[in-house]
Amino acid sequence: MNFQGRDVISIKDFSKKEINHILSYAKKMIPYAKGEKNTDILNGKILSTLFFEPSTRTRLSFESAMNRLGGRVIGFADPSGTSQKKGESLADTIRMANAYSDAIVIRHPQEGAARLAAEFADIPVLNAGDGAGHHPTQCLLDLFTILIEKKRIERNKVVLLGDLKYGRTVHSLAYALALYGAELIFVSPPILKMPKEVVEECSELSSEPVQTSNLEKAIKDADVLYVTRIQRERFPDAEEYNKVVESYRIDNGLLENAKDNLIIMHPLPRVTEIDPEVDKTKHAVYFRQAFNGVPVRMALLSLVMGEKL
Amino acid sequence: MKKKELKIPRIKDGTVIDHITPGNAIKVLHILGIPHSSSSVVSVAMNVRSKMGKKDIVKVENRELDRHEVDKIALIAPKATINIIRDYEVAKKHRVELPDEIIGIVKCSNPTCISNSKEPVKSRFKVMSKDPPRIRCYYCEREPDDISERII
Repeated sequence: MNFQGRDVISIKDFSKKEINHILSYAKKMIPYAKGEKNTDILNGKILSTLFFEPSTRTRLSFESAMNRLGGRVIGFADPSGTSQKKGESLADTIRMANAYSDAIVIRHPQEGAARLAAEFADIPVLNAGDGAGHHPTQCLLDLFTILIEKKRIERNKVVLLGDLKYGRTVHSLAYALALYGAELIFVSPPILKMPKEVVEECSELSSEPVQTSNLEKAIKDADVLYVTRIQRERFPDAEEYNKVVESYRIDNGLLENAKDNLIIMHPLPRVTEIDPEVDKTKHAVYFRQAFNGVPVRMALLSLVMGEKL
Repeated sequence: MKKKELKIPRIKDGTVIDHITPGNAIKVLHILGIPHSSSSVVSVAMNVRSKMGKKDIVKVENRELDRHEVDKIALIAPKATINIIRDYEVAKKHRVELPDEIIGIVKCSNPTCISNSKEPVKSRFKVMSKDPPRIRCYYCEREPDDISERII
């Protein structure tokens, strides 16, 4: 399977077979991601990281991934010091990065920005989030986490919880999980329900997802609980927001009825949706999930730049 | 027998676009870039009564419109027919059919789509269904549900 020169814009651009290949290659990257083994397969290569929006995990894990592979990183974490402020088009910024590096990672507040970047670059473009659009590397690391923790992706009962309407990661993840035939349960306040198109798409790929606002019932026999942040600005008033946040808060009391081997994931940053007391339980895998960003991104960088271990 | 009265006279040579969804003739001309792209005489009839209800008709004299170019109008007039006229006779006739991609005709309905920024790209949509027309933005993947209102 050859990924050299490929862009990574949406998870939908990849077949299940290709996703499996990326995930199994990411497994091989784990000791290198931890620094237990060293490699310099990307020695001499330069990665541009263009972050037009703030990011902690995605940017740092891409940079860590590139460094672990022996490559170098140029770029910016804040567009205020760039020519974008002078009114330069994204297309021109991409042309520059194309001239200065071997691959581009881009996060941008507008949907479709990564797709546009790929049009103007000859080198591979990796989408690190385009507005409310896609975040394929997050989706891959989420799948990878389920695979590592549960030994398989298919035949898991997965609860997606929180802001399912605007949440960037949950749409791609729901699609990908349905592709693997996982059983899906969508739990959200009614105003933040999963968009109809996503539900239809999942139903076509797998069984019809269950939609509910009752969290307690949903997690009873769940294998995976994927929590996302509910943003205050989605609600008309603070009272309504506080009510919803409180009813979807994960704490040890709520987990008493959960399966022993339930894993709790979160793309982070979390605010109040998971009580810190949960961190110490065996259910909490969100920090390991954040680490998994490194081996998955190492695998992608290595594959698209055509230099394999 | 009473002779059928024609609202617009027959043309000797050119193209007749018939069965346009009533009220959409001007948008059809806009999509085709007429009259800017052509100095031909163009006649428009709107809300003409026919066996199948009301329709609009456009007649372009002395110009045979290219099939691929005209197919784009299926976005707003999916039932339209194209008649190529030579010496008062219909030389060729076909129903319009949407191409697989629509470029530079429809503006994306998503205000934060990158195609709505000052970038050197034209709007681009993948055709998901031809009749009724359903299109999806190549960039942000949103599907506008009011296509005729979004013609650039």
